[in-house]
Amino acid sequence: MVTPVIQVQDLSKSFGDNSVLRRVSINVDTGETVVIIGASGSGKTTFLRCLNRLEEPSAGTVRLDGNPVMNSGSEKQIADQRSQFGFVFQRFNLFPHFSALDNVAIGPEKVRGMSKSDARALAADELKRVHMSDHEMKRPVQLSGGQQQRVAIARALAMKPRVMLFDEPTSALDPELVQEVLDVMKELANGGMTMVVVTHEMNFAREVADRVIYMENGRIAEEGPPEILFREPKSPGAQRFLRHLTHE
Amino acid sequence: MTIDWGIIIKSMPLLGHGVVVTLQVSALASVLGLALGVALGLCSLSHSRPLRWIVAGYVDFIRGTPLLIQIFLVFFALPALGIRFDEFWAGVVALSLNSAAFVAEVVRGGVGSIERGQSEAATAIGMRHRQILVYILLPQAYRQMIPPLTNELISLVKNSSLLSVISVYELTRAGQAIISVHFVPFEIYTLLALYYYVLIKVLSWLSGRLERRLPTW
Repeated sequence: MVTPVIQVQDLSKSFGDNSVLRRVSINVDTGETVVIIGASGSGKTTFLRCLNRLEEPSAGTVRLDGNPVMNSGSEKQIADQRSQFGFVFQRFNLFPHFSALDNVAIGPEKVRGMSKSDARALAADELKRVHMSDHEMKRPVQLSGGQQQRVAIARALAMKPRVMLFDEPTSALDPELVQEVLDVMKELANGGMTMVVVTHEMNFAREVADRVIYMENGRIAEEGPPEILFREPKSPGAQRFLRHLTHE
Repeated sequence: MTIDWGIIIKSMPLLGHGVVVTLQVSALASVLGLALGVALGLCSLSHSRPLRWIVAGYVDFIRGTPLLIQIFLVFFALPALGIRFDEFWAGVVALSLNSAAFVAEVVRGGVGSIERGQSEAATAIGMRHRQILVYILLPQAYRQMIPPLTNELISLVKNSSLLSVISVYELTRAGQAIISVHFVPFEIYTLLALYYYVLIKVLSWLSGRLERRLPTW
C-alpha cells in the first residue's frame, strides 16, 4: 500500500478553554485535491495551520510521507520540515520590500542554500507557471490582488513542497480577480500536485476536488466526493450550510 | 538692563569650540549607542528568554535612573572597579549606554509593529527566526524607526550639556567658563540656547530628508 502524503491522527487544538479542533483524522493521498468547507469558526483554517505547525496542535499527530511532523528538534530541522508544506495565505503576505522575483527566490536562496542566480532562475520558472513572467521586477504594491496571490503561490511552489495548503486564497480578492487564481490552482491540481484547499468557492470544489470535507465545530461532520456531498448532504449542518450558499 | 553686545561678539568663536566638542561627543555616542542599541534590540527579539530578560533589566535600569547619576557612575564609580576613562570618554560612554537602552526599545517596537503575516509567510517557507529578522522584518522597519531615532538623537545632543558637570569642555561648559570670568549670564545662556536650538533644527531637517529618501512600499 502506498503511504498517504499526509496522515492526520486525532488532531486537536484549543485556545484556552476554547476547543477549536476536536480529534480530526484524515489521510491525503499523493496527487489528491481535498477541499475543506464549513462556516467561519468551524476550525478549517486552524486545521490547515496545524498541519505545517504555524499553530502548535494541542494533541494528535501529523505525518508527512509517514514521518511525524516534529515539534521538537533543532530549529533548522523544524524549519526544513515546515518548508515541505507550501502555504498560501488569504491575504497573500508577500514581502513588500522585494520584487515579485525576489519574493519567490528568497526561500530557495536562504532556506535551500542555492546561489542567488540559481534561485532567481528557479523563481522565474515558477512565476512562469503562474503566468506572471511579465511582472518579475514589480513590487507587490504594483500588482493587483490576483497577481499578488499568484506570486504567493509561486513563492510556495519554489520550495518544491510535497503538498500545497491553501487558506481561503480568494477570499480577500475583488470578484473579478478570483478566477485567475482559481485557474492557476486548477492547473496545479491537474498537474498532479497534492493540495488541501480551504475555500468558499463551491464551483471550484465541484470541478477540482477529489474529496470534499465539511467541518463543523472543530470536527469533520461529513466527507465524500463533491458530486455526492453537494447533491445529497447527509448531516443537517451540511444541508443548512449548502442551502445558505446557494441562496446567496 | 543693558545687553553687552561686545561680549556676545567675542564669545561666538569661543563657543564655536564648544560646539565642536558637543558634536564630537554626540556623534560618537550616537554611533556607539546605535550599534549597541540595535544589538540589544535584536537580543530582546530573540527566542532566548535569559537574553530578553537581561536586555529588559538593562532598559529598566537606564529608564529608572537619572542620566546625571549614570554619568557620575561612569566617571566616579567605575574607576573604583578599575575602569577609568578621561572626562571626554566617560561622557561618551555614559551617553552611549543611556542612548542604547532607548534605541533597543525603538528597534523592538519597530520590528514588532510589522504585520504578523510577514513572519508567518517567512516561517511557512522554512526561514528561521534569525533569517526572518534580518531579511524580512528589519528592512521593513527601518523607515518607521527614523522618527523615534531622531527624537533619541535630539535628546542625546541636549543631554550632552550635562557633561559640563564632569568638566567636558562642550558647549555648555564653554559658556559657563565665559560667564565665570565676565559675569554675563543673560547674554551667554541666551546664546547657548540659540546654539542648541540651531543644532537641533539642523538635525531634524537632516532626519526628515533621510526619511523621505528611504523607500516606501
